[in-house]
Amino acid sequence: MTNDEMTSAKTKNDPVEEVPLGSVFAAKAEERVSVASNWKLVWWRFRKNKLAVISALVLIAFYIIVLVPDFFATQDPEATEAKLAFIPTQGLNLFDGTNFSPWVPAVVGKRNPVTLRMEFKIDETKKVPIRFFTEGFKYKVLGLFETNIHLIGPQDPKSADWIYLFGTDRLGRDQWSRMMYGTRTSMTVGLVSVILSVIFGVLLGGISGYFGGWLDLIIQRLIELLQSLPTIPIWLAMTAALPQDWRPEQVFFAITIILAFIGWTTLGREVRGRFLSLREEDFVLAADLAGCSRFRIITRHMVPSFMSHIIASSTLAIPVMIISETSLSFLGLGIRPPAISWGVLLQEAQNIQTLALAPWLLSPGIAVIIAVLAFNLVGDGLRDAADPYGH
Amino acid sequence: MTNANDSHLLEVRNLKKYFPIRKGFFRKTVGNVRAVDDVSFFINEGETLGLVGESGCGKTTASRCILRALAPTSGEMIFWTKEGQAVDLAKLNRRGLRPLRPQMQMIFQDPYGSLNPRMTLFDIVGEPMYVNGMTNRKERVERVAELLRLVGLRPEYMQRYPHAFSGGQRQRIGIARALSVNPRLVVADEPVSALDVSVQAQILNLMLDLQKRLNLTYLFVAHNLSVVKHICDRVAVMYVGKLVEMAPTNELYRAPQHPYTAALMAAVPVADPRVKTGNVELKGEVPSPANPPPGCYFHPRCEYAVDVCRTQPPEFREITPGHFVSCHRADELKLPGVAL
Amino acid sequence: MNNQTALLSVRDLQVHFLMDEGVVKAVDGVTFDVHAGQIFGIVGESGCGKSVTMKAVLRIVEPPGKIVGGEILWRHRSKQDGSAGDPVVDLVKFDANSKAMRDIRGAEIALIPQEPMASFSPVHTIGDQIIEAILLHQDVSKRAARQIALQMFKDVGIPIPEQRLDEYSWQLSGGLRQRAIIAMALSCNPRLLIADEPTTAVDVTTQAQVLRLLRRLQAQRNAAIIFITHDLGVIAQMADYVMVMYLGLVMEQGTVNDIFHAPKHPYTQALLRSIPTITMTPRISLPTISGSIPHPFNKPRGCPFHPRCEKAITGKCDARTPALQLIGEKQLVSCFLYHDAEVAA
Repeated sequence: MTNDEMTSAKTKNDPVEEVPLGSVFAAKAEERVSVASNWKLVWWRFRKNKLAVISALVLIAFYIIVLVPDFFATQDPEATEAKLAFIPTQGLNLFDGTNFSPWVPAVVGKRNPVTLRMEFKIDETKKVPIRFFTEGFKYKVLGLFETNIHLIGPQDPKSADWIYLFGTDRLGRDQWSRMMYGTRTSMTVGLVSVILSVIFGVLLGGISGYFGGWLDLIIQRLIELLQSLPTIPIWLAMTAALPQDWRPEQVFFAITIILAFIGWTTLGREVRGRFLSLREEDFVLAADLAGCSRFRIITRHMVPSFMSHIIASSTLAIPVMIISETSLSFLGLGIRPPAISWGVLLQEAQNIQTLALAPWLLSPGIAVIIAVLAFNLVGDGLRDAADPYGH
Repeated sequence: MTNANDSHLLEVRNLKKYFPIRKGFFRKTVGNVRAVDDVSFFINEGETLGLVGESGCGKTTASRCILRALAPTSGEMIFWTKEGQAVDLAKLNRRGLRPLRPQMQMIFQDPYGSLNPRMTLFDIVGEPMYVNGMTNRKERVERVAELLRLVGLRPEYMQRYPHAFSGGQRQRIGIARALSVNPRLVVADEPVSALDVSVQAQILNLMLDLQKRLNLTYLFVAHNLSVVKHICDRVAVMYVGKLVEMAPTNELYRAPQHPYTAALMAAVPVADPRVKTGNVELKGEVPSPANPPPGCYFHPRCEYAVDVCRTQPPEFREITPGHFVSCHRADELKLPGVAL
Repeated sequence: MNNQTALLSVRDLQVHFLMDEGVVKAVDGVTFDVHAGQIFGIVGESGCGKSVTMKAVLRIVEPPGKIVGGEILWRHRSKQDGSAGDPVVDLVKFDANSKAMRDIRGAEIALIPQEPMASFSPVHTIGDQIIEAILLHQDVSKRAARQIALQMFKDVGIPIPEQRLDEYSWQLSGGLRQRAIIAMALSCNPRLLIADEPTTAVDVTTQAQVLRLLRRLQAQRNAAIIFITHDLGVIAQMADYVMVMYLGLVMEQGTVNDIFHAPKHPYTQALLRSIPTITMTPRISLPTISGSIPHPFNKPRGCPFHPRCEKAITGKCDARTPALQLIGEKQLVSCFLYHDAEVAA
């Protein structure tokens, strides 16, 4: 090759590239992918994980209940009726023969001549007709407006036949309705305490990771200290310190903060790790060289890069919080009656006698299992989808 | 070859960057890695200075000190600003550097890591303009479009994310970002070494073309001697944190004065099977910058080493106008270069 | 192209990756022969399939990759060691993890990987790892294996080899590690050495040392080397015979002199023109290949190079894929500028 050849060859400005772009998808979808933001790519990947999508739907259902538990409840959860204790569950039937006409079997009570206790049995022959969107007790939707419409209820609200989908407890309170309220408390505690621990974690982990030095040292030692403390005694100590005369709402918030206080450390570590690795990224250096302020570098260039990871980790942290609250309340140290949570409800199922007599009181345990599983599956799905540029 | 205007844009004097080696529970400093050890050079406005050397020689550290991505341990870095003032970059703090940032920009090696995958092209290229005061979105859109056209990309790509682009196209985006604030000095850290062979030439041509159009000054950091030869007016060679030689490109390649430079050139495999290269072998290994040998750092590997090389560190001196070398025997040695 | 004398003969090899998004035809019909004592260079850019081809030969293609067609004919070392009587086996027919394949891999065909750090376990000494490899393939005592390993270390020019054998990989410098991995690859006296970009991770002066070493060892042992790289300089200095690949297909094959001084395929020509060399005039605009390498998912129809080719014939190059044909005495080219043979659909 001579130099003349080279100079005479086509040179000057390189032509604007016309070759197909290096996108991973077929040409048709290419434009769509090219302008797809990170969140879209995450969603597209998440969508492929069927189990995670189903779990997400389950969680959405749970949180709809959280918003309006009264709508799903059939009765006032506090209403006691000693005469109606330990009524068994009534199965819900949607069809009467071939016609759509929902009903539940009626309950008949008989006093046991030996124990003198009322004992209830399902009478399959007698049907109590059910209606959707019927009237019931009055409540406020999100504290905004009053209504008395419920999802489900007996056809005739004034009749003596009530429905007990999950039976009743020893005080004759409707377990189904109490579950709805328990769901609200437990799911909210999980969510709020995780949000709080994300705030603590991102803030302290971020400071630790971005600034380093002695701040990092102090925060890391604090995290180690908190992580080395056994959780149950700490909970015991902290909840025992709560004044006995606090109102249920105050206890609720105190519990949330206690859970968050212990729970932020893992997230804090993760955020710190992300900051440390991101600090070395070229695009962060580029932002620095462009003259961005520290605040802008953190908020605009660094935090968005691991937001999806934080959301995935937080989703995985929620079930831990839910279980913590449930165990605390079960031990009588968390939420206290008359407030209702899954843990409080499970307190009712503490002795073997009750369990033998009324196994339906374990239903909050099943709710816990479903919620925890769903959160874990969604969290795993999110974690796998969180880095769409991984491969 | 050099730009007619021979005024300095940057002068680096006795630049040092030491990284402490810490050990034990109390993180006591037990020694220093002398990544950049007393380096002095200058860059003229409108020229390209190549900074070459093998991995770990300190070329990247030196370039990051100049951009003040790292704070130098000691030394001066005099930069002549647009307004004609001489400023010592080494003495400025973060706040003091901010108004100077637009005048010095960087092109990165890794076309993947250097673009934030979560930002669109508009945000990536427009960000430096925004933080430097161009807050009007419409103005920015126009300027980004102009820049994309300048680097050979379509302005319509503005709303796309980096994942839609190949390595070469991403490197163009990185160049557009660097140029967005009208820099005068552009530090290019191995800008083509991560690219495919068939794409490298496109980026090199683009850089040469932009330099002509915008009167840019490049500090071109690289290890590929063929690429450096192609793009640089002058070349500085580093070895274990020190400059061993600096000269105009043709002179350096034709008649290297330092045995290390000569060995480096002899090691480059030429893409012609009829020219056999690699017959002279450089023995041994690069010493650690934490524990360099006494005297000239190159003496354990140098076939011309004499007693003075083992004890006395050589001075970095100008032997002919514009040709600097740090070798005791530079005057007597006749070293083979590359036939031009 | 004589099958009788070829050590390795790859025929129409196809390796596909079955991904969620579709099928990537990483290697799409590759044919070549490697003869004993030859340094066979494979040159190509990212996505050309050069590494996947070699993984297929070693039968170490990871899922979702799969060999979907072709033959890999290997002249198996027979016990009597008479080259004429050596049986030819098709490696594609072997199970990847079978005893037969494991006996060939490492003992008859050895690999020098790109990243020497990743090839050694950090928790065992280098000596132990090499001795283990020797014991796996040779019927010798542990003491004898150590002697072999020591001799290998001396052969590859590692200073104070006795001491180095008992060190860990992270204690060695990049150059020494590269020598150690070559020693390990050679320890079982293989007939074919596959060097996959063995010098991309090291500096020029180390690269020169390693290339020199490989040339010397090859001459001493008369082993064949397949040398994979994207660096045309390295190929020109190392190889006897060169194969140029692009997007899973062979563009051109020929002697190193023919490829560098009489390239036929427009891709080879353009590639050679576009690299700056140390001996040419600086600061002139380089002739470039327009565009970039398409992603393997968007492989163009017909000749894969046609969208970037200046000499592409509309209606021909974009519709049909040219076959690899002998042009002249020993140069094979797949381009419609020289012949009309196409790959059967």
